[in-house]
Amino acid sequence: MSVGEAPIETRRSGKARSKAVGWLFILPNFIGFAILTLVPILVLFYMAFTDWNIFGGSEWVGLDNFRRLFGDKSFYKALTNTLYYAGAHVPLTLVVSLGLAMLLNSKLRGLAFFRTAAFFPYITSIVAVALVWNMLFSPDSGAINQGLSALGIDNPPGWTTSKDWAMPAVIIVGTWREAGYYMLLFLAGLQTVPRELYEAAFSDGANAWQRFIHVTLPCLRPTTYFITILLTIQSLKVFDLVLVMTNGGPGQATLVLAQFTYQKGFIENQFGYGSSAAVILFLISLAVTIFQYFYNKRREA
Amino acid sequence: MMSSTSSLIDLETASAPRRPLSRPRGRIIRQVLAYATLVVASLAILVPFVWMIVSSLKQTSDVFTVPIEWIPDPVKWNNYVEIFAKADMLTWIRNTLVLSVTVTFLQVLTGSLAAYGFSKGRFPGRDPLFLAYIATIAVPWPAYMIPQFILFSKLHLSNTLWSIIALQAFGAFGVFLMKQFFDTVPDALVEAARIDGLSEFGIYRRVMLPLSIPAIASLSLLSFVTTWNDYLGPLLYLRDPGLWTIQIGLQSFVGQYNTEFALMMTGAVLSILPVAIIFSFGQRFFVEGIATTGIKG
Repeated sequence: MSVGEAPIETRRSGKARSKAVGWLFILPNFIGFAILTLVPILVLFYMAFTDWNIFGGSEWVGLDNFRRLFGDKSFYKALTNTLYYAGAHVPLTLVVSLGLAMLLNSKLRGLAFFRTAAFFPYITSIVAVALVWNMLFSPDSGAINQGLSALGIDNPPGWTTSKDWAMPAVIIVGTWREAGYYMLLFLAGLQTVPRELYEAAFSDGANAWQRFIHVTLPCLRPTTYFITILLTIQSLKVFDLVLVMTNGGPGQATLVLAQFTYQKGFIENQFGYGSSAAVILFLISLAVTIFQYFYNKRREA
Repeated sequence: MMSSTSSLIDLETASAPRRPLSRPRGRIIRQVLAYATLVVASLAILVPFVWMIVSSLKQTSDVFTVPIEWIPDPVKWNNYVEIFAKADMLTWIRNTLVLSVTVTFLQVLTGSLAAYGFSKGRFPGRDPLFLAYIATIAVPWPAYMIPQFILFSKLHLSNTLWSIIALQAFGAFGVFLMKQFFDTVPDALVEAARIDGLSEFGIYRRVMLPLSIPAIASLSLLSFVTTWNDYLGPLLYLRDPGLWTIQIGLQSFVGQYNTEFALMMTGAVLSILPVAIIFSFGQRFFVEGIATTGIKG
């Protein structure tokens, strides 16, 4: 972001005017934003230390909620499931979306169609997507297991009905849905790689893979960094996809942190306790972002 | 396109033919491989939609056959009539449409106004404030949905359509997207307009907005589709069935008629159809909007 590029010799009257008016322009959005987003975020950190419930009673209970969290088996399950989802979904989506972007960045016909197709899942509703994928994943007569049987796999997985395979099923759908979006971001990043670098590498005898490793990847670093952060935050807050695909099940096999918060807060009306889980979700997202920021800085240096 | 839009990534040139880098034979092999990958990837991406449409035209007993029937026989067009009788589709579509249009209008209006302030206004606290906007994009929404819900209840917004409008219309995303675009308009142009005696609002209205049609189109399409597809907001806030949106309605329909597989797919197709139509007309703006917010973030 550009800061302080203002020309110093702006006419005084214009300057004074834009000062007051600048605020006026921001105000309509800011009022809504402050009340509806900023205030709730601040209140969250208060609520997490209270026993706030449906009746509104809000006694300060210090760290009690957090102590309770660390003894709560469901919370651990939600935490590990969230990390499982993020740990698999982030690298998988990075590889798929970068791969698609590399394909699209080449000189082939029909790419415009493919770009449109690849992006389409991202703008279709999660409810419809989950509905159709659940049917495709149906263990006995679903299209996916029929395909696997045709390939000679005798014991195809039970997908959303199986404790071990429900999470991979959710991850597959998540990647299918989002890869096209990150592909567009990678594609935009690829436009900034200077053509001459490829030509220089080519005349030095580098093959396609070497050019990818030594030219494309280093030049894409800012894009990759940005995408990784976005993708990580998106993965840590995964919620609606799980809710409509498996509702956390079977058992708690796909219960994630956001859903744990939802259950405690909205089903069991324990607003304070739910908020403490939300604080953990927030802190993990923050920690990952900060870690990636410094990691990126060190690599840049 | 106008010169000011040059910052938007021109993705069309991305696929334009370029000087070949490698020797002919290796190139042919690589092209065949690339096409094969493209075909496989396209199938993986599109088959669920094809299956959805095909199943929406079947009898329920034909949905799960082994092997899969890719052409419905008989074709049951009547599913598209039946669903309107069994489900309150018209109410859901009307509610969703009202919400999507209102949110889009407010998001574009307040977002572009604020973006003008952030991009061309100069006042103390501007940059920290903008940073606060950006920071909230990184805060996962589920983390603050509980306090937000209590606040909305206190403001008597919950269980009204206003809750969804409030939830979506003042998002930081619109401000961010519009500011990214306004930053590409030279300050000199704004200064010139000021010297010519145009008011700040006049500059916004007559200089910035006309220059930003592509960005406004991007933001409009993205926020329309986001609101149309939103599931969690309506799930938390819209309890009264008369207020349900298409997503909530469809989900409840699935719960109620959980063996009517063909009709479920009919509902799914109908819920996606408006988005598909909008996307087919404006896909350039989706792509450009995403490239703009992505690349400069």
